[in-house]
Amino acid sequence: MNTVVCIKRVPETADADVSISKSGKDIDKSGLAFDLNEWDSYAIEEAILLKEKLGGTVTVLSVGGEDSNESLRKCLAMGADDAMRLTDPAFDGSDGFVTAKILAEAIRKIPYDLILTGTQAEDDGYGQVGIVVAELLGIPHAAVVNRLEIQDKKATVHRELEGGLEEVYEIDLPALLTIQTGINEPRYVSIMGIRKVAKKEIKTLGTSDLNLKPEEVGLSASDTQLEKIFLPPVGEGAEILEGKPEEIASKVFVILKDKGGLT
Amino acid sequence: MKEIIVLAEHRRGELRDVTWEMLSKGRQLAEGIGAEIGVALLGNGVNPLAEALKSKAHRVFLIEDPRLEAYNSETYEKVLTQLITERKPLLTLIGHTAMGMDFAPALAAHLKMPLATDCIGMDATGEAFSLTRQLYGGKVNATVSFLKKGPYMVTVRSGAFPALEKEALPGEMVKLPSPLTDEGLAKRFLQYVEAAVGEVDITQADILVSVGRGIKEAANIPMVKEFADAIGATLSCSRPVVDKKWLPKDRQVGTSGKTVKPKIYVAIGISGAFQHIAGMKGAGTVIAINKDPKAPIFGVATYGIVADLFKLVPVLKDKVKELRKS
Repeated sequence: MNTVVCIKRVPETADADVSISKSGKDIDKSGLAFDLNEWDSYAIEEAILLKEKLGGTVTVLSVGGEDSNESLRKCLAMGADDAMRLTDPAFDGSDGFVTAKILAEAIRKIPYDLILTGTQAEDDGYGQVGIVVAELLGIPHAAVVNRLEIQDKKATVHRELEGGLEEVYEIDLPALLTIQTGINEPRYVSIMGIRKVAKKEIKTLGTSDLNLKPEEVGLSASDTQLEKIFLPPVGEGAEILEGKPEEIASKVFVILKDKGGLT
Repeated sequence: MKEIIVLAEHRRGELRDVTWEMLSKGRQLAEGIGAEIGVALLGNGVNPLAEALKSKAHRVFLIEDPRLEAYNSETYEKVLTQLITERKPLLTLIGHTAMGMDFAPALAAHLKMPLATDCIGMDATGEAFSLTRQLYGGKVNATVSFLKKGPYMVTVRSGAFPALEKEALPGEMVKLPSPLTDEGLAKRFLQYVEAAVGEVDITQADILVSVGRGIKEAANIPMVKEFADAIGATLSCSRPVVDKKWLPKDRQVGTSGKTVKPKIYVAIGISGAFQHIAGMKGAGTVIAINKDPKAPIFGVATYGIVADLFKLVPVLKDKVKELRKS
């Protein structure tokens, strides 16, 4: 069972105070912590669980600069066998479709039974790249997978639908699945674990290694372009309760009573 | 005549809300650029749904086949490839839902159509579209344009556009032959699995105290539970808490969990991702506690408290207990 996992390093913005950078096309990332995309942490864990059960290898791929080594090494520390980074100045400005093209070309060079990606990335949230990789490779695919079993060259997958419903499919391998959060419990990686893989080689591949031409990647090959970003308009907004904790608590008590609580 | 085609999304005999939302927004766009609106309905024995859609479009493209009984990305991709290749609509709209996410990117790549996903805003000038989508979990919005010529595909976020009532359109019924054959599929639908029924039904609660990612670890959940008990509320949560197995799935509020409409909803350490807000926006009064003043939850809350929940929640609990006694 050879599995390829595509991952991305992203800024941690869930608890951060986000501001827009001078270019107006991205957020100001200085001072932000970065980590493995949350969805991808479940995808890599799922691949390692399969390897532990069925044997085989796990290869992890990422499109990105040298910073991405940090997330690739985290995956190696979790139990991946090999890591590859796809990088080239010509990749700058690539949209979801072109990113998928770059990944697909790299995956063609690797023997695989299964490809896993996160359902989406925390930063651009396309939910597009994995499924396009499958289309470019001509293999079956399923998105938003929250349960997976492999038997006899077939995968049985549950897809998470709205309202708690799931749909179950049988899919012939090789296939690509995009993994939803909550499918497993990603293992903890210690600093010692990271240190152990610190010297492991991370191969890098660029445009020519992937048999791509410069005009086939980057912004010029992309279908979409980001024009500008802006802070979302705030709705009517909440009435903000201020004061010391005790004062706020008294106000909350009155609201709860007024609105039909505390009966 | 230029055309915008909306893919009707339905499951187990019912059209899903995103269909009406896309038809409403699609019609507005079509009117602005002198185009017509069509709706594609794929299924088996779905005539009642086709009838329901008629007044919302100039044309209903109905493709029926026993192989379309349940949604499957492989059959949908084949049927829509044929439809889009023949009709060449300027724009195809598909829901950015569990269904749309499963096949729209593959269909767009197959047809070499530029695709913008998860859009919450759409404007058209002539044949050029300007899309709005969200980045960084909804912390910022982005304007996106297409760099290539159409036909285009856009996937649309559920709940992003209102489904407006307008005067009826002709709704010409166009029945198209199915291109599907008995050729085997590499992906086979087996069954639906219902959500497990838990011990608590959060949809029945008058007051919910809901906890989110801000609670940091499982060991802190009892602190919120004690506050919930003190005010006679039921404990619920947002997705990250379920993903981390800190509370069971039946406590989850949001798109993939439950839709709740309590009299009072107290959101603690919940930033307010759109998937969560979709599940609780029907609540009577919303009190939100979050340390980030820009958290989207404050946009839908009635009352907001910008505070460290670990300092505030124990005080809230004690104060409510004290005041209830007096």
